[in-house]
Amino acid sequence: MIKAILIFNNHGKPRLSKFYEHYNEDTEQQIIRETFHLVSKRDENVCNFLEGGMLIGGSDYKLIYRHYATLYFVFCVDSSESELGILDLIQVFVETLDKCFENVCELDLIFHVDKVHNILAEMVMGGMVLETNMNEIITQVDAQNKMEKSEVMCFVTFINQCPCLDICSMQGHCFAFHTASASR
Amino acid sequence: MALKIVKGSIDRMFDKNLQDLVRGIRNHKEDEAKYISTCIDEIKQELKQDNIAVKANAVCKLTYLQMLGYDVSWAAFNIVEVMSSSKFTYKRIGYLAASQCFHESTDVIMLTTNQIRKDLSSPNQYDTGVALTGLSCFVTPDLARDLANDIMTLMSHTKPYIRKKAVLIMYKVFLKYPESLRPAFPRLKEKLEDPDPGVQSAAVNVICELARRNPKNYLSLAPLFFKLMTSSTNNWVLIKIIKLFGALTPLEPRLGKKLIEPLTNLIHRKIHIFSSHKMLCSQSHLIVSLSRIAVLISLSSGMPNHSASIQVMKYLGLLAMSKILKTHPKSVQSHKDLILQCLDDKDESIRLRALDLLYGMVSKKNLMEIVKKLMLHVDKAEGTTYRDELLTKIIDICSQSNYQYITNFEWYISILVELTRLEGTRHGHLIASQMLDVAIRVRAIRVFAVAQMATLLDNAHLLTGNMQRMGICEVLYAAAWICGEFSEHLENPMQTLEAMLRPKVATLPGHIQAVYVQNAAKLFATVLKNQEGNTDSTAAQETSQLMIDRLPLFVQSANLEVQERASCILQLVKYIQKLQQKDVEVAEEVCALFAGELNPVAPKAQKKVPVPEGLDLDAWINEPPSESESEDEQPKAIFAKEEPKHSRPRHTEVDEKELARRREARKQEQANNPFYIKASPSSQKAYQEAPGVEHIPVVQIDLSVPLKVPGLPMSDQYVKLEEERRQKERADKKKKEKKKRKEKRSGRGRKHDSGPESEEDITPAHMVDIVTEEMPEVHRSCLNITMNLKGNARTNMISAKKSSKHKKKKQKKEKEEKEKKKKKKHHHHHHHSDGGGEESVQNGTVEEEEPLPVSVYDIQGNLQDGSQVVVSVIFENKCDSFLKSMEFNVLDSLNSKLQRPEGSGPHDGLTVPFQLPPGVSNEARFVFTVQSIVMPQKLKGTLTFIVKDSSTHEKLDFKLHFTCTSYLITTPCYSDAFAKLLESGDLKCSSVRLEGVIMPFHHLLARICFHHHFSVVERIDSCASMYSRSIQGHHVCLLVKTSGQTVSIDAKCDEPTLLGNVLDEIKQTFSQC
Repeated sequence: MIKAILIFNNHGKPRLSKFYEHYNEDTEQQIIRETFHLVSKRDENVCNFLEGGMLIGGSDYKLIYRHYATLYFVFCVDSSESELGILDLIQVFVETLDKCFENVCELDLIFHVDKVHNILAEMVMGGMVLETNMNEIITQVDAQNKMEKSEVMCFVTFINQCPCLDICSMQGHCFAFHTASASR
Repeated sequence: MALKIVKGSIDRMFDKNLQDLVRGIRNHKEDEAKYISTCIDEIKQELKQDNIAVKANAVCKLTYLQMLGYDVSWAAFNIVEVMSSSKFTYKRIGYLAASQCFHESTDVIMLTTNQIRKDLSSPNQYDTGVALTGLSCFVTPDLARDLANDIMTLMSHTKPYIRKKAVLIMYKVFLKYPESLRPAFPRLKEKLEDPDPGVQSAAVNVICELARRNPKNYLSLAPLFFKLMTSSTNNWVLIKIIKLFGALTPLEPRLGKKLIEPLTNLIHRKIHIFSSHKMLCSQSHLIVSLSRIAVLISLSSGMPNHSASIQVMKYLGLLAMSKILKTHPKSVQSHKDLILQCLDDKDESIRLRALDLLYGMVSKKNLMEIVKKLMLHVDKAEGTTYRDELLTKIIDICSQSNYQYITNFEWYISILVELTRLEGTRHGHLIASQMLDVAIRVRAIRVFAVAQMATLLDNAHLLTGNMQRMGICEVLYAAAWICGEFSEHLENPMQTLEAMLRPKVATLPGHIQAVYVQNAAKLFATVLKNQEGNTDSTAAQETSQLMIDRLPLFVQSANLEVQERASCILQLVKYIQKLQQKDVEVAEEVCALFAGELNPVAPKAQKKVPVPEGLDLDAWINEPPSESESEDEQPKAIFAKEEPKHSRPRHTEVDEKELARRREARKQEQANNPFYIKASPSSQKAYQEAPGVEHIPVVQIDLSVPLKVPGLPMSDQYVKLEEERRQKERADKKKKEKKKRKEKRSGRGRKHDSGPESEEDITPAHMVDIVTEEMPEVHRSCLNITMNLKGNARTNMISAKKSSKHKKKKQKKEKEEKEKKKKKKHHHHHHHSDGGGEESVQNGTVEEEEPLPVSVYDIQGNLQDGSQVVVSVIFENKCDSFLKSMEFNVLDSLNSKLQRPEGSGPHDGLTVPFQLPPGVSNEARFVFTVQSIVMPQKLKGTLTFIVKDSSTHEKLDFKLHFTCTSYLITTPCYSDAFAKLLESGDLKCSSVRLEGVIMPFHHLLARICFHHHFSVVERIDSCASMYSRSIQGHHVCLLVKTSGQTVSIDAKCDEPTLLGNVLDEIKQTFSQC
């Protein structure tokens, strides 16, 4: 089982946190800090595994992480998960993000954390690995985004057709709104 | 209205969305908290609006703030509102927020049940998907119970996307609501062979997690997994399956041999399976993979540039080795040098793994060498964590299994003394306890230890020098105590006494000072005794004066313990001084104060104390609490009827047999419960392995090592001395070859013998005093239990054999036997046969005789074909022999027929497609064709099989109980459709009243849903409407009302007979609890 998935940057700022076990907000922040502390002091070319911090369950749990440019991707797992398997999964996760955001960078994760959550939900569910095939993940994410877009489009046409509005003054907004949702 | 919506949406455009919020936070770096608090106020305003789009936007922002550590539980209700939006966009936002911040104690979760159920049955697969994902994060026992059936239905959804999610979430449901495991398991198993690889991998995933908790129950799936392993190409599935086999092989050794070939193939294909591949059962195979690992590690250490991926392989190699070490220590030991090399690695994770390995690799032969290397590392190590880790490891290694590997305790003491010189360690107390332990238990070492400790006390200023090293001053506690207690061995007690009374001692922690004071008194006694013989009494008086001068310092101590001891001893010394001045000989009396030896007491010594006569620890003091009370422990509730029979005489006259039986029942219950995590599986073994008192050989210590080593000894000297000693011994041995040494060595050394110089040849220089260790009583009682188990099995077998020979006699005997067995069976299966007993409503225990119990079956309707019913039967072999050629046959009735393969006659049996080794259970499925489903019916059947040892045909009769409930299929229904159905007037009415039902209403509903396949349409206070459909399309509607302990059920159905029978079955369910 995966206990938590954390993404933070080189300064320990959280970019995504997903806990599959309940902690209160303070503990969650402490765990993020502790994990950052453990991970950040390690050299660049050492192995990607270390024992978990005290807060997350000590040495029964492993931290498996990868460091990409400015971001750390950390998975906290128990002994039922294979180390290399998870390492692979992180790679799949990052590649999927790269495809979905087209050259993903930290800014994408900062502004679209909800979207990252949606992608993650297609890979890991309730702490168990759901799908490892990148194409399958992308297909499902795209299909859901399309659905979302069509719902927004309905909404926009509804406004456009509405007679009691000054359409000219609205259009600027609608356009802005539309592009915003498209870029999302 | 339209205008209002539009207006809302315009508002929304001017609101901040998530991106704006993030941007805002980034622009307010200095006053982030203030900015966020204004944002939260805005969000609160937004949440008050009617427009769902605005609300969703607000909730989306809250999800982000939650990540930053802000508590957003106050918005839980708004989150539920957003979840229930009909638009996918908002629904997804709502479920995401819920999955991030809902948990078991969130009270609004109760409100979500119906919403989730609606989403689960939504025609849009992504609505269902989002609901499943969200649910997986916040499922509670209540939700699990209410939704178990809906999720089970989803497991056979047409879309693989939903199937895989439903399969995966079942694990969470099992965790929260274990009762659902049994009915869901056949379907889960079916999913292992799903055409979609994603669903397959999800099913493997779930079963692996289940098997981790209790592997025994999943042994029967081994052939299926074996097939999967050889056919699957998905790495994930392979890794999981191998992990699963890792858990299974210890239970079924034959599996190991079968696995070698496919595993080796796999390893050749993919080296990375290594990490998970932990069972490695046969020696030859092991060597192959080991050498590969070794090559791997050596390769990676030889590489000039340590790239990360090589480090990864190194780490995994070490990890794999530590797993192999548990089963095959010998083969790992040959790679000692490699592992020691890894200690030099710059990566701390790798160093720690290598340290772990060392623990298992030591033997009497190489202990000194390994520890010497570790000491070198201790000196070199940077960073206190790693150094501390090293220190604890050294002590662990040396002290493991009662200092089994230590041949020379002087060496060990000097290692401990060297360790005290470590800077800034936190493990002072650990070293101290080791010193005490060794000094107390190894008599021969006391002289040496006392000398060392005296030096330590003398140089105490080195230890207490700076405040940062406070941890290490714990050692002084041990030093002072040893010097005081064994002061007769001191060479110069006077000097030590002075060292202990230095003013600087007052800076030590209180509990250490207390020990100092107390032991100063002991030393004083010894000094007096030594000086008594002298004619000159001034020396003795000087000593007293010294005490009187120094002790007041301690009397002023802030620590109460120190103060009390000091003032007490001070008065004593003053009194002694008076006597001395009168030339009275006091030494004898003073020594008497501290006479007698303090012996160590083992933690388990309590067991040695016999239980007083007439005291029965197993008897209840009060009447046991009634077990049907708590709803959450439903499995127990099934017992309630049975229990009083054996619980009433529970006072004092409970006899041995009864106790043993109960213990056995409990053990079996635990073994069968997939969620029962065994307390500590090894504890029993440990008892058996630990030798009893009489087995401990007491060796006459032959001290060939000079006990006095001048000065502060370096442990290195001992390594040399040891070498010499061994050589001498070897020479000795040649002379008296016939003299058996076996008696001399302790039984445990056996595992480690081999190599050019066998372990036996190394006789320990000192012997650990372990007389006070384990007590054999415990061990014996464990044996009792196993004996009982065996006994039972045997009688079962015999009765079965008899039965085949003397068929007529059998009947009578059987009846007596049966009484007993039924009880026993309840213990076995109470947790999954939910209705309990043989006549349970949904699942039942087949009425049959031993030794092969067809224990549980589950009947499921087939939606596609209105006249088909699938019966899954679990066969469990409870006897000691192998069963084969099982044939399952049922006497067809007019109404129901067993489906047989084409070409076979109407009375032929069906061959069960597997054989059963002892203690194994497996499941087979049989399809029945049913004409009319309105009546319940019982089918008689027989099972024939051959017991391998006796090769006689055995026969077993059973009955299958087809209840009407088993023809019902949970079908969700909306309230409007439900109302239409009721209005249509096609339905016949019937009603039933249940009295004395003491359970919350929602539990009652859940019970009906679960056992009788209904779904709740609507619930208002203490009134609910429920719906279900039969496989032939009959509608069944229930209106359940409760007031007090009375429950009334009004029911409507288009088939009155079916309805009557279903109501009867519901009544029965509730009469059983």
